[in-house]
Amino acid sequence: MDTFVQQLINGLTIGSIYALIALGYTMVYGILRLINFAHGDIYMVGAYAGLFLATSLGFAANPSAFGFVVTLVGSMAIAAAMGMAIERFAYRPVRKFSKMTTLITAIGMSLLIEYLFVFFFEGKPRSFPQLLPNDNITLFGNATISTSQILIFVVSMVLMVILQYIIYKTKIGKAMRAVSFNLNSAKLMGINTDFVIAFTFALGSALAAAGGVLTAQYNPKIDPLMGIITGLKAFVAAVLGGIGNIPGAVLGGLLIGAAETMVVGYGSYIGIPSTYRDAVAFAILILVLLLRPAGLLGSNVQEKV
Amino acid sequence: MLTLENVSVSYGAIEALTDINLQVNQGEVVTLIGANGAGKTTTLRTITSLLSPREGRVMFEGKEISSIAAHKLLPMGIAMSPEGRGVFANLSVRENLEMGAYIRKDKKEIADDMEKGFLMFPRLKEREQQKAGTLSGGEQQMLAMVRALMSRPRLLLLDEPSLGLAPLVVHRIFEAIDEIRAGGTTILLVEQNANAALHHSDRAYVLETGRIVMEGDSKQLAADPRVKEAYLGE
Amino acid sequence: MNWVKSIIVGIIAIAILYVLNAAMSATGFFGIGIDDYQSRLLVFIAINVILATSLNLINGFTGQFSIGHAGFMAVGAYASAYFTVTHGKAIETSLSGLGETVASSIVLLLAIGIGALVAAIAGLIVGIPSLRLKGDYLAIVTLGFAEIIRIVILNIDAVGGATGYQVPGYANFLWIGIFAIITVVVIHNIVKSDAGRALISIREDELAAEAMGVNVTRYKVTSFVIGSAFAGVSGVLFAHYNKFLSTNDFQFIKSFEIIIMIVIGGMGSMTGAILGAIIVTLLPEILRLLPAIQIGETTFQFADLRLVIFALILILTMILRPQGILGTTEFTDFFKRFRRADKPTGGLE
Repeated sequence: MDTFVQQLINGLTIGSIYALIALGYTMVYGILRLINFAHGDIYMVGAYAGLFLATSLGFAANPSAFGFVVTLVGSMAIAAAMGMAIERFAYRPVRKFSKMTTLITAIGMSLLIEYLFVFFFEGKPRSFPQLLPNDNITLFGNATISTSQILIFVVSMVLMVILQYIIYKTKIGKAMRAVSFNLNSAKLMGINTDFVIAFTFALGSALAAAGGVLTAQYNPKIDPLMGIITGLKAFVAAVLGGIGNIPGAVLGGLLIGAAETMVVGYGSYIGIPSTYRDAVAFAILILVLLLRPAGLLGSNVQEKV
Repeated sequence: MLTLENVSVSYGAIEALTDINLQVNQGEVVTLIGANGAGKTTTLRTITSLLSPREGRVMFEGKEISSIAAHKLLPMGIAMSPEGRGVFANLSVRENLEMGAYIRKDKKEIADDMEKGFLMFPRLKEREQQKAGTLSGGEQQMLAMVRALMSRPRLLLLDEPSLGLAPLVVHRIFEAIDEIRAGGTTILLVEQNANAALHHSDRAYVLETGRIVMEGDSKQLAADPRVKEAYLGE
Repeated sequence: MNWVKSIIVGIIAIAILYVLNAAMSATGFFGIGIDDYQSRLLVFIAINVILATSLNLINGFTGQFSIGHAGFMAVGAYASAYFTVTHGKAIETSLSGLGETVASSIVLLLAIGIGALVAAIAGLIVGIPSLRLKGDYLAIVTLGFAEIIRIVILNIDAVGGATGYQVPGYANFLWIGIFAIITVVVIHNIVKSDAGRALISIREDELAAEAMGVNVTRYKVTSFVIGSAFAGVSGVLFAHYNKFLSTNDFQFIKSFEIIIMIVIGGMGSMTGAILGAIIVTLLPEILRLLPAIQIGETTFQFADLRLVIFALILILTMILRPQGILGTTEFTDFFKRFRRADKPTGGLE
């Protein structure tokens, strides 16, 4: 029983990170029908930006809650700017071309970010400073939860609530939803659709960067290729929840995280060794696309014909 | 107010509009009638910069607007209720209207204008919090028209407002067009329903395969035997 | 007619290859010699030509978008390697009467048959359900399948698991070259056949193709299976030339490299894919010749920029010339234009 609780806690921890990244995939897909392959790499950039800020501002030497918040917000801002730049210079010029062209551009952008980082920071992992004290709290039985896990839950929850507010209550959020449904109609409303698209990239990138910094607090080894697998799993989370659907991305992220740790914990009982953990997400992806392509919460109403 | 001078538009190698000259004066209701594929929607899409003319230019209040970004037309005073209504199905009726007022900041007056819209079509008031995708075709058309009015345009472009609607609803839509005109908004109305369009407008243009073949006073055109035969089914 | 012509061209190409092979083994052949490094490059060009032309059949000619080609290469590589490791020696011994060269060649051909067959079956299993999906979803599913294939192989201890797999070196320069030529000839003829026109019609407009009576699903699956089989062949050749397999050789980046080859050359161009395979193989070698740059205490090697440059090429190609260097035209078309200058070359594309 305590193993189950432990795996669930671990699963929801990773799941929260997947959810944060999945939100960016789902928002961009909702608006441009583009799988932003480079999105997972923005998560990695967020972690490196956090490392840079924490080191250069001295928070690494003198850890504090203030230092953590500055690092988090700062890296979110850096990632947001980068997301907007990628949209402006790589995706906007090909926006009107075929889906295959935009997808290849996105793959190219992903490789570019990854291997520029490999070139400048070398492939080997760097260690991220502990900005907040990390203690283990023993729950019932032998299950424990660390303060960095609690941090991940709390911060990601707060960010998701803020996102929910932006999308459903603010003018720009409503414009995002309008653009995602009908770009030309939105233009007729006087909405600057280019700005709305750029804003969407900024928002998604900031969330991914937050995921990067939070992960680095939990598991302090960061490397330039850390975004590939995590990014793909987050994409699967978005598809599982129903791509384009905001609550779906969160649900999908938590489910993928939980499924993955359950395979690690219990897979061996049904003949699936724990080394299959990375295959779980892809298996789920294939099942979802074949059985329920709209995802768990997705509906076909939003599909453009 | 609005002038199209020698406008030609092509999709790739296919010419959709040839040498269109069209004028809409302040306070008028002008209608553009023609069969399916005659180029009516293309004309409107050109005016709203969703398409750009290959030749000629589009002038609004003395300024050339042919190459201006589509989203900058609304602040100049041009609003459109697009073909197929183009309501945001994933947004509520209220949010759709808020999008119509996207460029305005005067919250109080926006609320007033929304109430005016609800007075014009009380059905929308009943559906205020519903997603626009759940509305009937007629209700969506009403929403599209009120949404276009939310920016307080000086020129309103209406693309096929009666398309696919029941006769009773069509009647109500054309009544609303009269009301909007009485409120001082100039209207360019594109219609397949030539009969109703000619009765609710001052002047008319007849479009055939991308060219204007007839123009003049709506009453006179309605009496013209060629128009009667081709468009009024008499 | 087409077949006869291309088989003749193929035989001539194999003859040239034979001469090259001789030049390699005897360094003094007509004063021209090819050293080990050069022959290794030629081998990798040939393997990449197989990968690029076979992916081009799926992506370029049929208009599908697979980004998991390395998965099928892995299937072919591991299936055939398991066969040669377990049965290779025994078969060679039983055929020893035919001479060493013939015996080992027969083992290699059997391995290629097995690799192609298993990869084709994998292609069928992946293709039937996923080809219902369109565009970007298909892309993600192929990527997912390729990764699953890799993880499954990683967990099979009989083929070395995480430590890697020692494979006997049955494949040599000549055989790899011959199979590259066979691949090009076969795919060229598929594309020029009635079936090829059906594939292209699917690429241009799937609905219209369906309406004209093309069995879209069947053609899509067939092209996917054939493409996968050839990817399997390339895997067999790679395994038995490299003599060592590691699942790291078949990660995402390998699939992306193959994508880069066909994007550079132009999707839907046979010669473009070959050109792309050559560029992708040679560019790192050219970069290696450039001197290192010293900035502060760190030295930067241009060779490390290989993937950065490929990525930039991908993005810039998409922005500036989304159809690739050659688009869907063939390199040889340029010569035709000169030769038949008197004939009209215009018309609808």
